[in-house]
Amino acid sequence: MRRVINRHPSRRMKILMGALPFILAIAIYAFAADARGADGPDKLMPGLNAFTSAMSRLMFDIDRATGTRLFWADTWASLARLGVGLGISALIGLVIGVLVGFIPFLRALFEPFFAAFSLIPPLAVLPILFILFGLGELSKTVLIVFGIAPFIIRDVMLRVAEIPREQIVKAQTLGASSWQMILGLVLPQVFPRLISSVRLSLGAAWLFVIAAEAITAEAGLGYRIFLVRRYLAMDVILPYVLWITLLAFAMDYALRRTHDAIPWTRFKEGG
Amino acid sequence: MALIEFENVSKHYGDTIVLENLSLTIEDNEFLAVVGPSGAGKTTLLRMLLSQEAPSSGRILIDGAPIAPEPMPDRGVVFQRYSVLPHRTVIGNVMTGPEWQAAPFTGRLFGKARQLLKARAQDMLDRVGLGGHAALYPAQLSGGQQQRLAIAQALMMNPKVLLLDEPFGALDPGTRRAMHKLVLELWSEHQMTVVMITHDLSEAFHLGTRVIAVDKRRHDPHAPHRYGSIITSDFDAKPRLARQLARAAG
Repeated sequence: MRRVINRHPSRRMKILMGALPFILAIAIYAFAADARGADGPDKLMPGLNAFTSAMSRLMFDIDRATGTRLFWADTWASLARLGVGLGISALIGLVIGVLVGFIPFLRALFEPFFAAFSLIPPLAVLPILFILFGLGELSKTVLIVFGIAPFIIRDVMLRVAEIPREQIVKAQTLGASSWQMILGLVLPQVFPRLISSVRLSLGAAWLFVIAAEAITAEAGLGYRIFLVRRYLAMDVILPYVLWITLLAFAMDYALRRTHDAIPWTRFKEGG
Repeated sequence: MALIEFENVSKHYGDTIVLENLSLTIEDNEFLAVVGPSGAGKTTLLRMLLSQEAPSSGRILIDGAPIAPEPMPDRGVVFQRYSVLPHRTVIGNVMTGPEWQAAPFTGRLFGKARQLLKARAQDMLDRVGLGGHAALYPAQLSGGQQQRLAIAQALMMNPKVLLLDEPFGALDPGTRRAMHKLVLELWSEHQMTVVMITHDLSEAFHLGTRVIAVDKRRHDPHAPHRYGSIITSDFDAKPRLARQLARAAG
């Protein structure tokens, strides 16, 4: 009898086993919803019909109050907040992370401050952001940046510190100035890590978007979920959660592909 | 022309003395091999020559002038590992130095200048035997090929002094022999002064025209860190006259 850690499923088996929990979850839900729905429509576990009718209303009917198709307006609002927040965070993280990570004097000046700053819980300062920046888009963007930029800065700084000393000395013997080393040595080597870092921040970024929208917004996936919660509208909440998950997965996948498209990262050191 | 002088150079880190009062004159076009046990300060010696570290006292001169306090293109270097840029292709690595010199802001050349440099880089790659690998990335090369690339990259700057820090330490014996041959050829073609750190005595005598051994002056079991290393032996492995005659004949 081989040890359990040495037994591997075949390719086909792997796919099948990977799909199994999904199928099981759906089956259990369908079964339970059916059982609960036996005596009339159920609010907490609506059946498939309830989902499709609620979602088709949100996706295809124009809402009278806002004049938009709510589902798409919500999606666009949330993605725009997420994209702007992530983009600004990545840019700040790259510029500050590289400069502070690479230049000893800047490092001495800012490293302890960033270490402390990154420990401030962003949601705890959300009221301050609302007071300072109002209830509009700005405070939401600042919340996302506040939440994930410190992480990206520190991750980029760590990556800069990982560049072997030998390479930096070699670059200097090739006549590189500090600027040329930043441009031609540090930035290209840090860039793949930046993508991974943004990828890892996706979960947190969604959290901050939804948290901000839950408190105040006029549209957005998180806003909608928290709005319809008052009516126990599981037929909207559950598809929205699935949709957010799908969007997050697609973004994660796209970032992974972008990372893998950088040719030199595909080869392991010392190969 | 590169005459290197160490004038009473000492190096200590806090209480620990690494090198003690080292004086050494390395003639132009010398191939100096430095041997010694681990921890004797061979690498410290090289780092000071590279200005990666500063001597605690004394000074180092090249052609009579004190060396710059930071690494400069007059002193090329090949380390045991990590000497090349992993994100640039083989030919990109060789072009890097001249590109940095020619384009201070972008670090890139374009158009005709780029074509000229590319041709020069390709010649250099052909010379070190990497001509067919120009488009690969360093991580796709073997250890020996990576060291050839590192040497080619350094030679593009025409350094006065080439510093080698155990450059063949991680290579298998066959590859190592081929590298020895290449390094000797390049040394005589480029008329440089070479300083090589190695822990392999036969390699030191095979390549070096002069071999020095550094080791601790005294091993005190109670205070091992209080005695630094000095030059314990100094051999002319290949007498200068014989070399000059050989070169004149060749």
